[in-house]
Amino acid sequence: MSKIDYKAIGLKVGLEIHQQIESSHKLFCNCPPDLIEEEHVVLVRRLRPTRSEVGDVDPAALFEWRRGRYYEYESPLNTSCLVEADEEPPHPLNREALVVALAVARSLGSYIPDEIYVMRKIVIDGSNTSGFQRTALVAIGGAIEVNGKIIPIETICLEEDAARKIGEEGLKVKYRLDRLGIPLIELATAPVIESPEEAREVALAIGRLLRLTGRVKRGLGTIRQDLNISIAGGAKTEIKGVQRLELIPKVVHYEVLRQLRLIELRRELLKRDLSKDSITYNPVDLTSKLARSSSKILRRAVESGGVILGIKIPKMKGLLGFELMPGRRFGTELADYARFWAGVSGIIHSDELPGYGITGEEVNVVYETLNADPSIDAFIIVADIREKALKALSTIVDRIRVAFDGVPEETRAANEDGTTRYMRPRPGAARMYPETDIPPVKVTDELISEADKIKPEPLNVKLERLISKYGLSRELALEVLMDIRLDLIESLIEKYHERVQPSIIASIFVVTLRGLRGKGLDIEIITDKHLEEIVSYIAEGLIAKEASELILEEIAKNPQLTVREAIEKLGLRAVSEAEAEAVIDEIIREYIEEVKKRGLKATSLIIGKAMGKLRGKIDGRRVAEIAREKIEKIIGEHKT
Amino acid sequence: MDYYGYRGFIARILSSLGLEPGDYVRIIKSNGLVIEGILLPRYSLVDEPILVVKLKNGYNIGIRVDESDVLEKIGRVERGSPGAPVPLAESIEVGDKHVFILGCGGTVASRIDYETGAVKPYISPEELTLSIPELLKYASIDAEQLFSILSEDMKPWMWSKIIDETAKIISRGYDGIVITHGTDTMSYTSAALSFAFHRGLPVPVAMTGSQRSSDRPSSDASFNLVAATLVASNAPFAEVTVVMHGESSDTYALAHRGVRIRKMHTSRRDAFHSINARPLARVWPYDNRIEILDWNFRKRGDYSLAVDNGFDEKVAYIKHYPGPIAEIIDILVDKGFHGIVIEGTGFGHVSSDAIESIRRAVESGVPVVVASQTLFGRVNLNVYSTGRKMLEAGVIPVEDMLPEVAYVKLSWVLARTRDLKDVRVMMQANIAGEMSLRHDLNLYPRWVYE
Repeated sequence: MSKIDYKAIGLKVGLEIHQQIESSHKLFCNCPPDLIEEEHVVLVRRLRPTRSEVGDVDPAALFEWRRGRYYEYESPLNTSCLVEADEEPPHPLNREALVVALAVARSLGSYIPDEIYVMRKIVIDGSNTSGFQRTALVAIGGAIEVNGKIIPIETICLEEDAARKIGEEGLKVKYRLDRLGIPLIELATAPVIESPEEAREVALAIGRLLRLTGRVKRGLGTIRQDLNISIAGGAKTEIKGVQRLELIPKVVHYEVLRQLRLIELRRELLKRDLSKDSITYNPVDLTSKLARSSSKILRRAVESGGVILGIKIPKMKGLLGFELMPGRRFGTELADYARFWAGVSGIIHSDELPGYGITGEEVNVVYETLNADPSIDAFIIVADIREKALKALSTIVDRIRVAFDGVPEETRAANEDGTTRYMRPRPGAARMYPETDIPPVKVTDELISEADKIKPEPLNVKLERLISKYGLSRELALEVLMDIRLDLIESLIEKYHERVQPSIIASIFVVTLRGLRGKGLDIEIITDKHLEEIVSYIAEGLIAKEASELILEEIAKNPQLTVREAIEKLGLRAVSEAEAEAVIDEIIREYIEEVKKRGLKATSLIIGKAMGKLRGKIDGRRVAEIAREKIEKIIGEHKT
Repeated sequence: MDYYGYRGFIARILSSLGLEPGDYVRIIKSNGLVIEGILLPRYSLVDEPILVVKLKNGYNIGIRVDESDVLEKIGRVERGSPGAPVPLAESIEVGDKHVFILGCGGTVASRIDYETGAVKPYISPEELTLSIPELLKYASIDAEQLFSILSEDMKPWMWSKIIDETAKIISRGYDGIVITHGTDTMSYTSAALSFAFHRGLPVPVAMTGSQRSSDRPSSDASFNLVAATLVASNAPFAEVTVVMHGESSDTYALAHRGVRIRKMHTSRRDAFHSINARPLARVWPYDNRIEILDWNFRKRGDYSLAVDNGFDEKVAYIKHYPGPIAEIIDILVDKGFHGIVIEGTGFGHVSSDAIESIRRAVESGVPVVVASQTLFGRVNLNVYSTGRKMLEAGVIPVEDMLPEVAYVKLSWVLARTRDLKDVRVMMQANIAGEMSLRHDLNLYPRWVYE
């Protein structure tokens, strides 16, 4: 992964971070901003592309609309209302959420305008019932320092989250409205990031800053990163929806790889003396030739009234199987285009044949029918209803022609493994106009002073405070600063530092939890509530600090358990001093000969045996103290 | 001085620099901050020295400027012509019917100017059919904008104008008329048309509007317009109807009789409901289907065109409430009003102390018509003694007629006769389907609580 010299190829990455804000209600209505499975009513809607200047209609949207695309919305009764259903105008902008965004802007030194305008940004994939997303620019400029480098911030916006997509059936796309309207802060950096790892570090630093307000949601799906990636000679690609931080370097790396390979593909095409004009749209009906194929894909298409169409791709043998990213070939890209623009389920190309039940003999028949040369030419087959198959082939021809220009500007979606897939063309200039249902918000001194109250303090100030006020070692304090749960650690230290040593609290996070992750356990599912309960039980003396590891391990394995249940299951209820003494006495009795013989040197043996029985039930130091006292006493008696 | 909404020193600076909305402006704040964007007009009614600009990224912001800041004009946005709408269909087979779309307010199709946020309505037939090509499935379209007013500014003289225009269009031989109208007062206009055409309407008149403005992709305008066009071109009935969303989903519309309709919600798409009556039909605009719900209608082509136009504009419509209602009635009579419609409580009552004022009104030749503020159900002044006293004082109860419809009807009746006896006969006769004498148990909405 590190063979590429990213600087030399001119890698430029900009991040767009979307973080859900913790608030008592949504951005433009009074619904709770929660995702809960509950009863819902169902709405069916269509969205009509809005018309503007000539040609200024999103071609993808227009295409979807002409196909009769419609949307089904599940409207949960407790977490969505008429506003999400687009049946009532938005309520005024949520002030709590605005204060969080302003606090972030203040800590980044951004310029905050005097009046904030909510805008409508046209989005007609159905994810917003209105057909637009409401968004407001709350600040411009500012910067964050990451590893000594200044990363300029371009914009900070406050916007509504989109509805959750829950499925697709034919022309219908299904969404749930609970997520629609949850306040998001969107923070965009300048495209100054120059390596995959740096992209991750900047995302981490921004995520941490956002969490330090104490007013943002944490957990999977509450923060999403979009990446704008380009290299010299390539094109700007926008990659949507990277949810996990660890995936960012991979996504950047694979995108660089893809762009480099597309540039290489272009060179290869030119080397083969091909040009855009060589790729012609000339579909041939292969239905009669292939209808009896043993390929299920082909047979099923024909049986349900479809046709099998093929197209010759001259002199491109081997190039459809040209790998762009691990497991994704140029042919995969073509298939994604065909799926998006024509709604077909897939394509078959000659570089993957024989296969899919299509025999070598049938491949030869296709070559022959298409009047193509099996030694140099390639072909593509689509089996579907005629109209869709034709559209798919013309889309493919267009995309292959674009390969002669190199890398197209695209919006792509991230896959689980860090590769990406074609999502849609990059939208033109943002189609935005004012949300006339919401008056502009004046940024008053009161708003600013409220924001300053939750403005995150600079990290170096925080570091010194953790060391001087709470007595953490510099090393531990630095680890705490890097932790994703920094805000929680801080609030627990603040609340419990008189009863539980701050270093113990910090260790639960930076030692214990990380250790469990090292063991391959999913620590994401451990909630803030779990962690706070453990600290509070330690504070009350109900469990020993050593118990935290065992409890967390149990919860990571059985996330439905409460802390109390885990303690009971593990038998970790703390023992009293007297009970501990009794246990230690018994061990000493068992090993009394050893003690008499070795004196104080036997202490570690006794402690080890005692810990085997008392681990997690009482502070280990206490066990050591009791054991030592008792042994000293015995030695004393023995001597006299 | 008001300069595109700016006042005070900002207005002076802008005008002295010749800066107008649409110009690129550079603001150099005294602290060194530089902001560039397109100058926008200021719509806020609050007088503050704030400049509104659209940044390059499309966002609008407001920037406070003071006299020490520097403003510069750095160019002007090149504006093309507004441009034709982008056709939303590749090709469409045009239906063989002819429908006329008469614009009387409300916007059914429009384009947005993303620079200023201004919305420009489309009403020419070409623009309409390019934006809403599905219309053509049912009929070829002619169109004209008669008014472009806000719903709340509608007045009875405008009803007359719409009626005259509609009659003219019908006489030119269309298969049906669609009238677009703001939703807030659509039911008054639909009632006015119903009475004016009660003797002779050869083709359907389908009124429609939108609850979501047409600039947004989710607007209900086109759905409603297509449904209304389907009714105008193909419905078997020749009545004045209001055609609007039947439920929140984009599935079917309902064609309501123009004298039975009421807007029952401020914002929902399905705000319109027939009260004390069933809608005439359910209309499926995507499927070319009209499902008749009330077979008791006047058939297309049964009548030839006949118009009774004209409305008395000196009619009062008041609601009974626990306050000094007697005084209000007295004032209306003293001010020379020609008729009064009272929305009474429950069965139609007014407070006992108002009965003498009613008697005085009737004796002065001012008819007093009584409907109910419960909307659902029938007025009945025989149940309680107050009601019997009201009858004795000369009020005219109008069964299950909606109070707004009673107001429109009284305006129409008074333009034909001021004779109290004739007024009573006409108000109590069912002229355009505005009343009925029996309600079955299902004619009343129920809410879902589970």
